[in-house]
Amino acid sequence: MNPAVERAVPELVELRIPSRPEWVALARLAAATVANRLHFSIEEIEDVKLAVAEACTAVIQHENHGEFIDLTCEALSDSLRVRVHDSGRHGTSASDSRAMDFDEARIAGLGIFLIRTLMDEVSYDVHAQLGTDLLMVKRLTGRPE
Amino acid sequence: MDIRVNVREAPGDCYVVDLSGEIDVYTSPKVKDAVGELIDRGVYHLVINLEKVRYIDSTGLGVLIGGLKRVREHGGSVNLVCTNPQIKKIFDITGLVKIFGIFDNEDAAMKALV
Repeated sequence: MNPAVERAVPELVELRIPSRPEWVALARLAAATVANRLHFSIEEIEDVKLAVAEACTAVIQHENHGEFIDLTCEALSDSLRVRVHDSGRHGTSASDSRAMDFDEARIAGLGIFLIRTLMDEVSYDVHAQLGTDLLMVKRLTGRPE
Repeated sequence: MDIRVNVREAPGDCYVVDLSGEIDVYTSPKVKDAVGELIDRGVYHLVINLEKVRYIDSTGLGVLIGGLKRVREHGGSVNLVCTNPQIKKIFDITGLVKIFGIFDNEDAAMKALV
């Protein structure tokens, strides 16, 4: 059967994990499973796994992260949309201004660079009370229109 | 998901660190401890074998960069053995291929140590 016919889209997968390092593997596995359903190539699935892991890692390494990370993977006909939500409060208190040391900043920058390189669309929505959303899109063609 | 770390002495003042598994924000501290322990003991020439590593993220890269930075302060070097195309790709797109010696096998990585 044609995979495109077999697949009913859109499909939505939601996962809530504790904001702790030991749970990041589950988040990337979930995203990889949805990407596989969309018949991305193995290389593209690895890209999605790494981008999701980097997003979760960025949350965990933020001083004021929330208790949970909410991952939403939406399988569309032409793309995979991934939302990583952290309910932590950002930018509202003096403690948010904690300066990263050079090495922390360098690695955090590397993670963001990887997300931007591996995904086709990346956007942020930072809300002081509601937390932070990172939205990433991987197109099935692999290239933005 | 875990990482296995095996440290073994090699000819010359060199050690090989064999890594097997996945290196992420959860497992990278174990790698950092193993590499840091060697450097603390005065081992400044390292081959880190990534042949059995299935996955690495920025925290893993950070550990490798940190190790390289420390050994270079002592005139040392870190060479990597890496054959996994996806992991090679990450070194490539981050530009780390320019600062690490990356080899297809352990013999070549050992011979190229400064």
